[in-house]
Amino acid sequence: MSLALDLFSAVAIGAGVFFFLAGTVALLRFPDSLSRLHALTKADNLGLGLVVLGLIPRAGTPLAVLKLVVLWALVQLSSATVAQLIGAALRRRNAVE
Amino acid sequence: MTLFEALDLGLAAIVLGVAAWTVAVREVFSAVIGYVAYGLLLAIVWVRLYAPDVALTEAAIGGGVTGVLLLTASARLSRLPAPDAAPSAGLKIAAAALAFLVAGALAAAVVYLPDPAPSLAAAADENLAATGLGNAVTAVLIAYRSFDTMLEKVVLVLAVVGVWSVAPDRVWGGAPAALGPATPDAALVFLARMLAPIGLVIGVQIFWVGADEPGGAFQGGAILAAMWMIVMMARLTEPPRIGSGWLRLGLIAGPAIFLLIGLAGPFMAGSFLAFPAGFAKPLILFIEAFMVLSIAVTLPLLVAGSPSREAGE
Repeated sequence: MSLALDLFSAVAIGAGVFFFLAGTVALLRFPDSLSRLHALTKADNLGLGLVVLGLIPRAGTPLAVLKLVVLWALVQLSSATVAQLIGAALRRRNAVE
Repeated sequence: MTLFEALDLGLAAIVLGVAAWTVAVREVFSAVIGYVAYGLLLAIVWVRLYAPDVALTEAAIGGGVTGVLLLTASARLSRLPAPDAAPSAGLKIAAAALAFLVAGALAAAVVYLPDPAPSLAAAADENLAATGLGNAVTAVLIAYRSFDTMLEKVVLVLAVVGVWSVAPDRVWGGAPAALGPATPDAALVFLARMLAPIGLVIGVQIFWVGADEPGGAFQGGAILAAMWMIVMMARLTEPPRIGSGWLRLGLIAGPAIFLLIGLAGPFMAGSFLAFPAGFAKPLILFIEAFMVLSIAVTLPLLVAGSPSREAGE
């Protein structure tokens, strides 16, 4: 059972790290700000979600699990909002130019 | 080289790289963003040094509040007319020399520390039971070195007084300018409505667990301050009039309660700022609660700046 859980953690965290890597590559390689923003929000939310998923079996107490999930939800909320705000700022700047 | 050593070296290289970029970049806005990233990276460095209390403070103050402070300052600066003349070469060289001198002196002090470095950690740990606390950092801040902590909070109040005092006479007692545009982005309003209640709970929680685990008054207060700022930026509430009695009471509550309990020390426990045996923990938490309030009021007032609207407006 513990081997299966370890394997689950390793796979989930590994997949999470892959999405972070993909997001970082996209941040460096994509041509314009909106595409970069798109890649970043998707990759980071999914990446962090998978890392949190992998850490849940290792959290120990239900309270620690709850804290991990809340952490992910808070990052979701702030990253989605910040993406909207940056996107709106970009649109305003493009409208001026 | 182990994996952790390689990660630490990489982290140190990134911190230095971001610091160099922050100094070198031309636009003020980019420099502030670099500084915020630098603060968050430093927080990770403190975690690697097993100092989670310092990491929390660095993330909240170095990354968060100072970032907002610098951003609002840069926005205000950009609205001012450009200065007539660029600073002279002599002035630039003098500023660089001063910066190098300070950084060099600090670096020398760290490099030439005796080995093993002097430490009071053992003594702090030994007397922890007398305070009733479980977190030695909180014990150092509010019990062992309480005089320093009290004066730090007085300095914060003085900073607010300094910001207020540049206001012209006719707006004295009035409110600072609004923190955001007249019609803020709907996403920001949504964030403020969703996040503020959650952040309130988290801020109080971080203060409360600070007695026994990483956390404390400063970190908790900074989170509460951030919540007030985000609500003001979303224009759900406006910066308060600086003439308000409640506001001023909240501003000085922390250091005032600290000082009052300190002055009661000679009668209850034999010396200034001493806590009577057995009552240390409740008194410390009582002081800290008012500290949280003062910090949560002080930091947004620093960001809001000096009053610009007359009291009646």
